[in-house]
Amino acid sequence: MRTVLRAALALVLATTAARADAAWDAVLAKARGETVYWNAWGGDERTNAFIAWAGDQVRARYGVELKQVKLTDTGEAVARIVAEKAAGRDDDGSVDLIWINGPNFLSMKQKGLLYGPFVDKLPNAKYIDTTDKPSNVVDFTVPVEGYESPWRLAQFVFIYDSAKVAPPPRSLAALTDWIKAHPGRFTHPAAQDFMGASFLKQALIDLAPDRAALSQPADDAAFARESAPLWAWYDGVRPFFWRQGRQFPANEPALIQALNDGEVDFALAFDPAEAAAAAQAGRLPQTVRVTTFADGTLGNTSFVAIPFNSPHKDAAMVVADYLLDPATQAHAQDITALGAYSVLDPAKLSPEQRKLFEALPSHPALPTSADLGKVLLEPHPSWMTRIAEEWRRRYAN
Amino acid sequence: MAAAFGYLPALGGESFGLFAWRRLIAEPGLMATLALTLRVGFAATGFSLALAFGLIATVVTRRGRLDLLAAPLIASPHSAIAVGLAFLIAPSGWIVRLLSPWATGWSAPPDAAIVGDPLGLSLTLGLAVKETPFLVAVGLAALRQFPATAQMQAARSLGYAPATAFALVVAPQLYRRIRLPVFAVLAYSLSVVDMALVLAPSHPAPLSLLALRWLISPQLDDVFPGEAAAVLQLALVVAAFALWRLGEGVARARIAARARAGERRGWLRLAPPALSGLGAALIALGFAALLGLVVWAFAWRWPFPAALPESWSLDLAWRQTSQLREPLGTTLALALTTSAASLALAIVWLESEDRLGRRATADVIVLPLLAPQIAFLFGTQTLFASARLDGSFAAVAWAQGLFVFPYVWLALADPWRALDPRFARAAAALGASPLRRLLGVKLPILTGPLALAFAIGVAVSVAQYLSTLFAGGGRVATLTTEALALAGGGDRRLSALLGLAQAAAPLAVYGAAFALPRIAFAHRRGLS
Repeated sequence: MRTVLRAALALVLATTAARADAAWDAVLAKARGETVYWNAWGGDERTNAFIAWAGDQVRARYGVELKQVKLTDTGEAVARIVAEKAAGRDDDGSVDLIWINGPNFLSMKQKGLLYGPFVDKLPNAKYIDTTDKPSNVVDFTVPVEGYESPWRLAQFVFIYDSAKVAPPPRSLAALTDWIKAHPGRFTHPAAQDFMGASFLKQALIDLAPDRAALSQPADDAAFARESAPLWAWYDGVRPFFWRQGRQFPANEPALIQALNDGEVDFALAFDPAEAAAAAQAGRLPQTVRVTTFADGTLGNTSFVAIPFNSPHKDAAMVVADYLLDPATQAHAQDITALGAYSVLDPAKLSPEQRKLFEALPSHPALPTSADLGKVLLEPHPSWMTRIAEEWRRRYAN
Repeated sequence: MAAAFGYLPALGGESFGLFAWRRLIAEPGLMATLALTLRVGFAATGFSLALAFGLIATVVTRRGRLDLLAAPLIASPHSAIAVGLAFLIAPSGWIVRLLSPWATGWSAPPDAAIVGDPLGLSLTLGLAVKETPFLVAVGLAALRQFPATAQMQAARSLGYAPATAFALVVAPQLYRRIRLPVFAVLAYSLSVVDMALVLAPSHPAPLSLLALRWLISPQLDDVFPGEAAAVLQLALVVAAFALWRLGEGVARARIAARARAGERRGWLRLAPPALSGLGAALIALGFAALLGLVVWAFAWRWPFPAALPESWSLDLAWRQTSQLREPLGTTLALALTTSAASLALAIVWLESEDRLGRRATADVIVLPLLAPQIAFLFGTQTLFASARLDGSFAAVAWAQGLFVFPYVWLALADPWRALDPRFARAAAALGASPLRRLLGVKLPILTGPLALAFAIGVAVSVAQYLSTLFAGGGRVATLTTEALALAGGGDRRLSALLGLAQAAAPLAVYGAAFALPRIAFAHRRGLS
């Protein structure tokens, strides 16, 4: 009886697998010859080069043409999709794939601007780390539910010049002491910018009386309660910032340029490999290093999503799947190529696939997963929005 | 524009209302934003105009090739000049680096807000660096339309100091001829985006940046206050025009009073030399900014306070050369198409004016120059998207043409209308047909202005950012869209490299525009 059951189960599994294979073959067939317009932030030359490389690969393997539409802000593409929906353009939009997460994802998901769920259809989705990298499944507390496919990991890190700062502060309290002892040598991007809001969010997590409240949408009462210590702390430390806290760099790259110009001693990044990459590219001195808080820092995942009106959904899925291929992920994690941390679960990989990752080159400014320490989950997107608004109300006039 | 009043069905905004305006008015620091915008707009325009007149005054009295000097700055895109200037004047910039540590004793840059200062001074300076050469160029062209030199000589023989003669006799006539470009500069300075991204304070930001931030915000509802801000921007420009006209009236009365009083050597005679000195300094600053870009483009590491890069590399240049081939081709194709079409259209327009014997009002043509671009962004995008035209070469060419044509027309209209009608009449008397008169007489005489108008068209087309972005649906990549996408990456070496690439194409055309009449008419005095 048991063997019969087992055989039946095996058969069911086999046919499901076969059906999945057949379905994917159909996707591949339809994708061939199509062009995918991937709307992705174009501010990072290395990412652009990686996307161009991926384009060469999918052209050779699947006959899919990949074109990056370089955005200065992901909001541009979202606005374009809204404009298309406004114009009733429901089946031949101009965006096929979009690099997205957090507030942009929530916004598009809520307005019904995304195609899906599609991630289950991707053969390489089985390698995604869904246990140790919770941000692959819950994007800023919003369940992903197959509407976006992960492709790189991000974690909040501090970049500093080890020739000038030693040892680096490893908690908010230690950082506060350092800032007060070195007036004018620390700043963060303005809160309208993703990185600036992330810095304030990191401080909020450290200071909020009830951290659990942050995973719920913020209402007026909760926001006032949880953010009060943040503003008290900020008022105390702001006068010691660069430009006395009256002027802020526009974004992360501007802050990195300021670090390179010697105007400040710290930069902030969401890509742990940014320091090593910048040092290799001559954008930062070779002595830069990366540090995090001992109690952990914010982490999240970068995804790709397919808009509801993409005319090339099959080809877009082929690209999303290719990004999840273990060989692609290993190439992306290679610091000489891109240095983006993998979203895959090493335990789900074959020994040969694991070897691809183990063989990757290292760099003194490149932290190991152990160096990075604990990853703290992002609060609900409403907190970020409210923090940015409150910061602007308090300090931006 | 309906979105400003809450109408945008795709976002669930289906009723007209004022909530967008309520959100705009509730924006913290809105008053400071408006004050900043107006201050920068008027200061940059007034400053540029004064310096341009000062510079022109020196050329009238002495011979000099000011137009050649102005060309590189006109050809360079605003964003490139902004990046170069920001590097020059920043606390960790080139000027401080050249003086540190030996003169200043600084091993770390001083903590002073120079770039992005709250008063908007660096933005004003940046605009002046770009707009002064533009006004100089249109001013010099206008100078040829009336006997300025002869009037100067007459005035001097009546005992006027040269500078006084210029201020009282030539300047008012010159101003009347370049009013439209001046208004275009005013509108541009009030609504500038690309330069403001680099040089403006981030908060309170100028109105244009506030609107842009909302329009590209992930909070989709922000479109509503964003459009309201764009409409407010339009109103601000209209109000500023009215104010400027008031100012014109006052200035005219003052100058007339002085002239009637018979002033020969009053303090006015000191103004043009002082202004031209300042103007020369400003142009020098612009060239230093460009030079800074050249150095950065080939630098590898350039830490503070080194006066020159520590190491150099052609690596980035090589990599970008291959990546930029396609955008460069698109940029050139767009620039040549739009400029050629605009020039042809302008010739047809002006020729039919001559034949019909009346002048059309210029207001309609220059509308796109006087209205802030951002006000039309969302509307253009929706329009193109519903016509399924966005992303096509034709759509981008059309959108760019909206801005290229007025500049080409402006550059050509005045020299065309100033053309002595006796040339054509003489040709007609000799039996030449209207077409023959156009091709055989008018166009050859106007070769210089035609070439210059074409070159200005190319420069305008190459620099187009918002119109390319929105009509192109992001899919049409030009040097400028690539430059601004990478400017977000903050790698100054790359920004410098792309800025140079952007400036190179129009510069080449400018060079040709200057050389052409000299080569074609080497043996004809008065035309070269």
